[in-house]
Amino acid sequence: MKTTITVNGAARTLDLDPRTTLLDALREHLRLTGSKKGCDHGQCGACTVLVNGLRINACLSLAVMHDGDEVTTIEGLGSPEKLHPMQQAFLTEDAFQCGYCTPGQICSAVALLGEVEAGWPSQATQDLTGKVALTDEEIRERMSGNICRCSAYPQIVAAIKRAAGALA
Amino acid sequence: MRPFTYERARDPQAAVKAAAETPGARFLAGGTNLLDLMKLEIERPQHLIDVGRLPLGQVEETPEGGLRIGSMASNTALAADARVRSRYPVLTQAIVAGGSPQLRNKATTGGNLLQRTRCAYFYDTSKPCNKREPGSGCGALEGLNRNAAILGASHACIATHPSDMAVALVALDARVETLAPDGDAREFPLMELHRLPGETPEVETHLIRGELITAVVLPPPPEGGQVYRKVRDRASYAAGLASVAVAGGRVALGMVAHKPWRAAEAEAALAGGASPEAAMDAELASASETGRNGFKITLTARLGAAAIAEAKGTR
Repeated sequence: MKTTITVNGAARTLDLDPRTTLLDALREHLRLTGSKKGCDHGQCGACTVLVNGLRINACLSLAVMHDGDEVTTIEGLGSPEKLHPMQQAFLTEDAFQCGYCTPGQICSAVALLGEVEAGWPSQATQDLTGKVALTDEEIRERMSGNICRCSAYPQIVAAIKRAAGALA
Repeated sequence: MRPFTYERARDPQAAVKAAAETPGARFLAGGTNLLDLMKLEIERPQHLIDVGRLPLGQVEETPEGGLRIGSMASNTALAADARVRSRYPVLTQAIVAGGSPQLRNKATTGGNLLQRTRCAYFYDTSKPCNKREPGSGCGALEGLNRNAAILGASHACIATHPSDMAVALVALDARVETLAPDGDAREFPLMELHRLPGETPEVETHLIRGELITAVVLPPPPEGGQVYRKVRDRASYAAGLASVAVAGGRVALGMVAHKPWRAAEAEAALAGGASPEAAMDAELASASETGRNGFKITLTARLGAAAIAEAKGTR
């Protein structure tokens, strides 16, 4: 099936078996291997990308469902020469060990800051009608869909707080 | 994943017509549950009708003072809706208790209602499961049954419905609107959508072939407090062991039965002046344990009593 997806700002047209997930389209067809395949069942978050600004698990979506959508992967957030503030914060805070989950963590964290800014509640939000404060508890709850086998969680929380300050 | 053909529905009428006429057709919305099950070849549709972009994603005020929630509204959008947060907080609390942000961004209101059980035997294709393979038996009866149903189960199936959102919607007395392939629109109480397993656990709802959920309608919020409480093995992003939604005088239980469970006995007891503890005891008088899930009866009793008391503001 012909499918056109704008990936990191460039329109890409692919002819795909309908079974192709968005993750496989990115990795195997567009050679954007930053997004990782961990569990392939939406449980680990390593495949997290932004679709029209929202974070999703790319492994649990068919590429053909995204005809006309705008997808941002880790490759589209920053470059080695010009890192995204969240990428820099993960380096500064040493927020990874093996690095496999990191592209998903960073995409998820970038979206998280937008969701908090928009006032979307989480399970950790006490006052559902007020503003959302970026507490450690909120960050941990909102990052619960991204698993880190090396357990860099304290540093990931620190990196997200650092990036929030840098972006503010 | 088995091969299938794919189409994007033009409008709801075309979607239901195609679903009724095409062999092995299934609706696809967010896909977070269906695609997962297709990878495991538990779900094997021959044709997918993508309804995710149908214009059914709005949340609108009703003339009665309630809300009409389009079936394609995402879990995230619904939980974040200012009217839901202020008037139906139990619904926001329930939604954000389920899944992860990534899943909630994709999952829809209609799809959440129709998600399948997380029973280990439904997922393990090497084991018997009457829901996945009718007539093969129930592996959970003598197996991993710690999180099995305590209410309304049968010897054919002790699986539970995993939704958080649906528990709050049942407590809020929500109604469902659907479109059938013959063009008929109908609406009925959400608590009548799902079936108990009986002898046919593979049939989970009263929807007919090709019928599409188009909206969920909330009546005006009830008088009194609203609370959603959930207990699970991890603090976040884990399936529930038991949950309870309280909205005024109404109580619903989650993860304890094949459907979101309206606690009618507890409600009647509360209306008669019973304590929260006595009300939950009345509800759970018909509960039964299978193997290792007996603790869920105690857990649900205490969780329900605490939530009822919290909603009343007495604790």
